[in-house]
Amino acid sequence: MHIIDRRRDPGGKSLANRQRFIRRARALVRRAVREASAKRSIKDIDKAGDIVVPADGVHEPVLRRGSEGGKREYVLPGNKKYIQGDTIARPDEEGGGSGAGDGGEGEDEFRFALSDDEFLDLFLEDLELPDLAKRQVMGVEETQPVRAGYRSSGPPATLSVVRTMRNSMLRRTALGRPRPEEIAALEAEIARLDDVGGHDEAVATLRAELERKQKRMRLVPFIDPIDVRYRRYDQIPKPVARAVMFCLMDVSGSMDEHMKDLAKRFYSLLYLFLKRRYKRVDVVFIRHTHEAKEVDEDTFFHSRESGGTVVSTALEEMARIVHDRYPANQWNIYAAQASDGDNLPMDNNNTINLLKTAILPLCQYYAYLEVGHGRDDGAGEASSLWRAYELVAGSEERLAMRKVSHRRDIYPVFRDLFAREGAKAEA
Amino acid sequence: MSTDKTATRKSKSTLSAKPEPSASLLYTGSDWNFDTLGRIFDAVRKIGEGELGLDTYRTQIEVITSEQMLDAYSSVGMPLFYKHWSFGKDFARNQMMYNKGYQGLAYEIVINSDPCICYIMEENSATMQTLVLAHAAMGHNHFFKNNYVFRQWTDASGIADYLSFAKAYIAKCEERYGIEAVERLVDAAHALQSHGIHRYPGKRSMDLATEARREQERRAHGEALFNDLWRTVPKAKGKVPASKKKVEEDRRKAILKLPEENILYFLEKTAPRLAGWQREILRIIRLIAQYFYPQRQTKMMNEGCATWTHHRIMTRLHETGQINDGAYLEFLHSHTSVVMQPDFNDRRYSGINPYALGFAMMQDIERISLTPTDEDRAWFPDIAGNGNPYGTLKDVWANFRDESIISQYLSPHLIRKMGLFHIVDDHEEEELLVSAIHDERGYREVRRALARQYDVARRDPDIQVVDVDLAGDRRLELRHNVVDGITLEEKDADRVLQHLADLWGYEVRLVEANDDTTFAEHKAEPMRPFA
Repeated sequence: MHIIDRRRDPGGKSLANRQRFIRRARALVRRAVREASAKRSIKDIDKAGDIVVPADGVHEPVLRRGSEGGKREYVLPGNKKYIQGDTIARPDEEGGGSGAGDGGEGEDEFRFALSDDEFLDLFLEDLELPDLAKRQVMGVEETQPVRAGYRSSGPPATLSVVRTMRNSMLRRTALGRPRPEEIAALEAEIARLDDVGGHDEAVATLRAELERKQKRMRLVPFIDPIDVRYRRYDQIPKPVARAVMFCLMDVSGSMDEHMKDLAKRFYSLLYLFLKRRYKRVDVVFIRHTHEAKEVDEDTFFHSRESGGTVVSTALEEMARIVHDRYPANQWNIYAAQASDGDNLPMDNNNTINLLKTAILPLCQYYAYLEVGHGRDDGAGEASSLWRAYELVAGSEERLAMRKVSHRRDIYPVFRDLFAREGAKAEA
Repeated sequence: MSTDKTATRKSKSTLSAKPEPSASLLYTGSDWNFDTLGRIFDAVRKIGEGELGLDTYRTQIEVITSEQMLDAYSSVGMPLFYKHWSFGKDFARNQMMYNKGYQGLAYEIVINSDPCICYIMEENSATMQTLVLAHAAMGHNHFFKNNYVFRQWTDASGIADYLSFAKAYIAKCEERYGIEAVERLVDAAHALQSHGIHRYPGKRSMDLATEARREQERRAHGEALFNDLWRTVPKAKGKVPASKKKVEEDRRKAILKLPEENILYFLEKTAPRLAGWQREILRIIRLIAQYFYPQRQTKMMNEGCATWTHHRIMTRLHETGQINDGAYLEFLHSHTSVVMQPDFNDRRYSGINPYALGFAMMQDIERISLTPTDEDRAWFPDIAGNGNPYGTLKDVWANFRDESIISQYLSPHLIRKMGLFHIVDDHEEEELLVSAIHDERGYREVRRALARQYDVARRDPDIQVVDVDLAGDRRLELRHNVVDGITLEEKDADRVLQHLADLWGYEVRLVEANDDTTFAEHKAEPMRPFA
């Protein structure tokens, strides 16, 4: 008999198979992730979770007997009241007394759990992000190597010569390794006495002394492996700051579910992006019709208001909240506005002024997202709000604006931002 | 339920008795280390081999974590297995079920190999490890080594090497021909895996000496029966010569050895367009299916043997004072929940529990052998009262499988105890019919029906390759011999047939029929043939 301890063996033997399964069911899983992410709160977008895919798509067919028709026999345990010849009403469904024979899987959906990373990966894939951008969003926390003392093993490049030599000297001194000069002096003395002659006894003792010292020198090496020290580095996360993200949305009647869904995806992506860069990200939801109000996420996406559309109210509200709670010198401020482009014409000037003077100076980045249906793409003329923002965008690089009618249009809105981040990283 | 009660009653009686003061406790409390494990194994083996006379392969105990157990689940318990997405699917499901607490993990997995590998979980308490070692390393191990189906079909010493070859071969194919191509092939082969099994051992070619002896026996037999009178009987007219077409068909079938029920084997040998590596992969999957075939045939017996063995060994350990009362009660708790059989109208009922039926049958055989009633003497004259329960059981374990042990040894006593009854669900009738119950008139019918329920060859639909015209349009003809009017699950059948057509490379037709009715016909054209 052998007993083998396998507990230390590397785990994750099934990981490869699991990845194959997800790859195989990619299209299905992606659709499921899309549906799940629509239901999730923005802040939970990168959490692990259950995914349900239709079992049909990952079904493995085998030749088996059908579950209907024919003559079937069952032997069941636990009879109390039946005698031979009794008849029993057929149970309504499979199950009850007669589910014995078939081992088929009656399920029509397949449920399993995705890890954080898998979920995020698929979410981003669904948005058709280019790989580079995906890496940036997914990017691990940036760290900085910081000196943290010494250690006794490591790559040669981190060898600390000074510390190694100091250890070596300590050891040599402690163990009494003769210095080369002593030996040289001894040899010189012997040579001198030999030349003079007549000091045989003294020479013999000196020779013995020399031999002892040479032996000592061989035994105690100049550098011993135990002397060697390497510089040790700790990976310290780069200093992180706080960010607040303002979600502004027009909730008047003209915004339909599709538009809101696009807006939500955009907010989610922005949230993810910020979360990777800042330790703490607050999200503020401001919805507006002809008046603006700060609300919670659920109300933001799901309740409907009626009224006109006055964009400047939302900007005012945002400026007020920034002033009250998020001083610009302590917080990085990001804002994302989604609208179908309607605005009260007489409000446009006011809006632009607010944007230029009050909002943009506070913000790291302000994204304006005009959501539409895609059918009026190209031919459709620009909305009044769009035209107004265009005036500002020319001179302000912090303002990014895009028309979006499909999920895949969302990413380009980020491009400016990513481009800037990339440039900064290279500099 | 009934087994439940007996077990509890037994525990009471033994608990009150003073343990024989022969040995000291193997362990106390629930902690164990590798020394304890070694001592436990030695004690278990002493009883298993010494008292019960079990004959086992060497044992290799491997301690694993729960994550590793989950991993093992999804490769059918084998330590190495080729990669395929379907195992990942199982893994994803098991992982979720386990993480959510819907399902626990097995305490052990045992592999039919030489040495016999037992995976045991690190979370198990010392009592559970004892139970697991008695169950797997003694019970299952003995069964694997001695049962005739395993001896006939599996090569315990070669399986580990074969699996590692299979894994490496498939990985190499993936490297050379692309993951997608290999995966598609494995998908197709998996779909046909249930029909990639030889149910009968092939004929061994005889050596010259045997052949000569047989010839001699035949001649002696002929001489012994010689009667000159036969010479005078007028000769029958010669058979009508078969039509040319019939002759050709017979010849064709003879060359291809048709009909053939092992579809994967047939494809491997005959499919016209497969490449060498594709044939080899079909062969690998077919052989692995064949390796697992005995397990499907003996599930109930195998568990019965292991459960009976662990019950006996644990009881003996307690009697000889090697485990204390607390440990014995812990064992009984988990033992009774394992052999619990809910009634058919219970919410928890999901078929007959193989542990319950198996354990009950083994106990019953032991009872018949020791204290038979008159009824037992009438039903089982060969074993009743022979006073040698261990020998009888070992003989049973060696020479039967689920279907045959039930039709041979399911006693009226046990049928009554479990309240087994037989119902017939004929689709043409309005209601289900109770055709036999546990009474004098019903025993035999219940027994026959239950045995049929365990007959693997009857559970799998009988599908055979019947004809193919290699010189003509090369259409492959299959036939499903419909029994009791039960046809194939249609959607699945069509999908499998599509795989089959892709493998074969030409049209495929499956007819579902019995002697007088044709129930259905499926056809498939290759969409993306393998070539």
